[in-house]
Amino acid sequence: MKADVLVIGAGAVGCSIARELTRYNLNVIVVDKNPDVGGLASKSNSAIIHTGYDASPGTLESELVVAANPMYDKIASELDVPFSRVGAILPAITDEQFELLPTLKEKAFKNRVYDIEYLTKEKVLEMEPNMTPEVRGALYIPRESIIDPFLLVVGYAENAVANGAQFLLNTEVTGIEIKDGRITGANTTKGFIEAKFIVNAAGLFCDQIASFVKKNDFFVNPRRGQFYILDKNTNCKTNHIILPIPTKLTKGKLMCPTTHGNMLIGPTAEDLEDKLDASTTKEGLQSIVADVKKMIPCVNMKDTITQFAGLRPNRNPEGLHIDAYDDVPNFVNISGVRSTGVTGSAAIGKYVIRLLQTMGMDAKPNLSFNPVRKSIPCFHEMDIHQKEEIIREDKLYAHVVCRCETITEGEIVRAIHSPIPAKTVDAIKRRLRAGMGRCQGGFCGPKVIEIIARELGIPQEAVVKDRIGSNMLEGKAK
Amino acid sequence: MFDVKCDVAVIGGGPAGLSAAMAAKESGAKNVMILERDKSMGGILQQCIHPGFGLAYFNEELTGPEYASRFFEKDKSLGVSFVPNTMVLNMEKNGTLICSNGEKGMMAVHAKSVVLAMGCRERTRAQIQIPGTRPAGIYTAGTAQRLINRQNEMVGKRIVILGSGDIGMIMARRLTLEGSKVVAVVEIMDYLAGLTRNKVQCLEDFSIPLYMSHTVTRIVGNNRVEGVYIAEVDEHMQSKKESEVFVECDTLLLSVGLIPENELTKAAEIAINPVTNGPEVNQYQQTSVESFFACGNVVHVNDLVDHVSMESEIAGTYAAKYALGQIEPEEGFVGCTPGANVRYICPQKIRLDAERKPVTLFFRAVRPQKNVRIIASCNGSTIYEKKAFKVNPGEMEKVTVDVAGFTDGQQLTIRIEEAV
Ligand SMILES: Cc1cc2nc3c(=O)[nH]c(=O)nc-3n(C[C@H](O)[C@H](O)[C@H](O)COP(=O)(O)OP(=O)(O)OC[C@H]3O[C@@H](n4cnc5c(N)ncnc54)[C@H](O)[C@@H]3O)c2cc1C
Ligand SMILES: Cc1cc2nc3c(=O)[nH]c(=O)nc-3n(C[C@H](O)[C@H](O)[C@H](O)COP(=O)(O)OP(=O)(O)OC[C@H]3O[C@@H](n4cnc5c(N)ncnc54)[C@H](O)[C@@H]3O)c2cc1C
Repeated sequence: MKADVLVIGAGAVGCSIARELTRYNLNVIVVDKNPDVGGLASKSNSAIIHTGYDASPGTLESELVVAANPMYDKIASELDVPFSRVGAILPAITDEQFELLPTLKEKAFKNRVYDIEYLTKEKVLEMEPNMTPEVRGALYIPRESIIDPFLLVVGYAENAVANGAQFLLNTEVTGIEIKDGRITGANTTKGFIEAKFIVNAAGLFCDQIASFVKKNDFFVNPRRGQFYILDKNTNCKTNHIILPIPTKLTKGKLMCPTTHGNMLIGPTAEDLEDKLDASTTKEGLQSIVADVKKMIPCVNMKDTITQFAGLRPNRNPEGLHIDAYDDVPNFVNISGVRSTGVTGSAAIGKYVIRLLQTMGMDAKPNLSFNPVRKSIPCFHEMDIHQKEEIIREDKLYAHVVCRCETITEGEIVRAIHSPIPAKTVDAIKRRLRAGMGRCQGGFCGPKVIEIIARELGIPQEAVVKDRIGSNMLEGKAK
Repeated sequence: MFDVKCDVAVIGGGPAGLSAAMAAKESGAKNVMILERDKSMGGILQQCIHPGFGLAYFNEELTGPEYASRFFEKDKSLGVSFVPNTMVLNMEKNGTLICSNGEKGMMAVHAKSVVLAMGCRERTRAQIQIPGTRPAGIYTAGTAQRLINRQNEMVGKRIVILGSGDIGMIMARRLTLEGSKVVAVVEIMDYLAGLTRNKVQCLEDFSIPLYMSHTVTRIVGNNRVEGVYIAEVDEHMQSKKESEVFVECDTLLLSVGLIPENELTKAAEIAINPVTNGPEVNQYQQTSVESFFACGNVVHVNDLVDHVSMESEIAGTYAAKYALGQIEPEEGFVGCTPGANVRYICPQKIRLDAERKPVTLFFRAVRPQKNVRIIASCNGSTIYEKKAFKVNPGEMEKVTVDVAGFTDGQQLTIRIEEAV
């Protein structure tokens, strides 16, 4: 197999780069060790498209995040990704926080985020009736937005496939070959892939990939963030992203709506060593509720429907880096995409293309590039006439499989046969939210396993939840 | 859109729906239809292939499918129309039901009265807050039951069951018979959640250890479950760190309770009781919106299907009467409020009218108690009293009271006291 550019990692960063590359006549291959795109960090995060108001001014991260935010109106409409400019409120509750407001505003200006304003106590309570009455005032940042991060990645990836990229999933890079000072390709669990350029977008594992070309001047550890999701039916909701004012000690935990109408609270920030430890802890989960309650007192554990944790790739030494090297001239090394990579992905994609061009990548425009990608038609969002029409076209749309989120067999079958096929239970769940509702797959789980097995022509025991080895079933009953 | 009219529309073809449809037909409703999401009727009973059903209703021991098929055959002979593969998506207050149907596509059913019989769903891991990883191998007991009994698929080899609910205990036996090892059944309370008979027949007879006042504190494993931590809890339900032990297993089953399935009910603005999580009903199983009736697990979680059938017949009968305009004019209401050691009473209201038939009230205890007196009183004066050897939250109790002398605005209370 041969690639002009080989991208390692199918998270937000890798998939955005792949899509940008398909704007040119290039042979693009993306590899990922997971059975689905979506990355690791890219599927478990706060899902906020930041403005960059609180980045460290003058850094690459600030530059890219600030540049990326305005791109999302277009990206979301081209790729059919749920996205909403809900805006953020930073409530000042203590004296210390109140005194910090001007400093925060100043920092935002340094980052060239000028659309930020003060809110009076009355205004905050009008905008957010569930806010603690102790609030003294707030900052309002209208362009802070929410997105479905997973569908963003799927959108990038499927659009890249439609424009000629190739995705090799379940494929782990195990080494990089160098000959006469240049990379010739990568060894993978599925064989050798010849490549003119390699881009390292392996997130948490980017240090491992970098070490294959002897770049050992940094390492990455996971900084875990735990979350709770609240039921759609809770009365304890907010209209905006409620961001805590960062104190010297911690960035703090937020509360925000998701693009699907649930509420999200979290995350924690815990530095770990084990890169596989995406587990939640009692202490962590309790601290989320306790902290968020200080801003939104009605938050209650009883309303939670699920919990999860994500791992931020924390670079040591810190900071977002996109590096090219003299001694390995056809390698782009991305590291430290820690806390803003969903947002940053759009701008990182463009940045990496420019960098590759300066590195001698021969890129002619792909004249047939089509930026538009359509999602699977969503039954429960349709009006009655659209529902009638889709059922006429596809009978399977009349069969509701997930009753909490009203997801039909038609949608599941289409997801299994989409450009990036959803072959696992979690892959279906993330694309369609089947199993993400109140019963968390209790009712539709067995049916989803049945449908996957039928459509892929495999036994039900071979169906996995997520990764290889996460088989759902043990074998036939006696 | 495909439009249909009927007298009584029943949502859900489980035992509740089947019994309600039967009674509606027998009470003179002409056109009775059951709308069922599944491809066949029977509801949860289709996966309950163990015996233990019908002891009270038929005086014999049947399996779940046998029990359901008796009602199904009866309904068939009475001319009930079955409409399978039909999901009711929305319900309007005027009795219009918007459904998606496998053959006809979108369908609007216009009914004079509606019986809600949608059953319940199981509580999940998040609702009981178990931290840890999110591997494959965590199932609710009912899901595992469905996989084994309807899809012929095994969930795992070494199993821990959290919760002593009936489905969990029944699955402990089923999995053992299938050759799996059930390492432990763990219950956070100091009393059983399910029926004592299931503890004897499903756990003790198979030497499956049951740990009371214990809980699962953490789940371990990245791809598949590799084990769980189990700890004893103190009187405030907090786990005692020092008692925590690791138990190797590949599967965790949750049998931690059921929640009535009331999304449609809420959308139609029918009043929901915060304790049962089901619609509030009167003794005719009529909800706060008068053309809607409700029965079975959608109203309150039942442990015996026989009770479900009995209350569902009432729902069906009165839904038919309502459709035919035969319900007597209302003369007032008596509210039913739980007293000492009673969690809830169902029905929540007694409607007073010319009928004045005795009313059966179902209720559950808050905590186990031995040697008790069960007392029903109306505005302070005792109207019913019985002694019982014990009460258990896992076993529903019932009393039948005479309502002939009730007047509007009175309050009925049931309390459980120590017998002297
Ligand atoms: C708790 C938390 C909250 C966050 N909140 C936000 C937010 O609100 N807004 C925001 O913009 N950002 C947020 N982030 C940050 C954001 O999620 C990350 O910066 C971003 O997802 C990183 O994307 P990525 O593509 O670099 O990495 P990933 O998504 O981790 O993808 C890396 C991929 O590389 C693959 N890979 C690794 N090694 C190999 C190998 N050897 N061979 C093949 N494939 C390999 C992995 O399987 C993985 O799929 C948050 C992160 C966390 C954890
Ligand atoms: C796993 C399990 C084991 C049990 N074991 C025993 C036992 O051993 N002995 C005993 O006596 N009792 C047992 N019970 C209790 C008894 O079976 C239940 O109380 C009884 O099944 C409840 O009947 P139901 O009709 O209310 O609900 P269900 O049987 O759940 O039926 C509800 C029906 O409604 C349908 N439905 C729901 N929503 C919609 C919609 N929107 N549109 C169309 N259709 C819809 C569902 O598909 C389902 O078929 C058990 C219960 C469970 C859950």
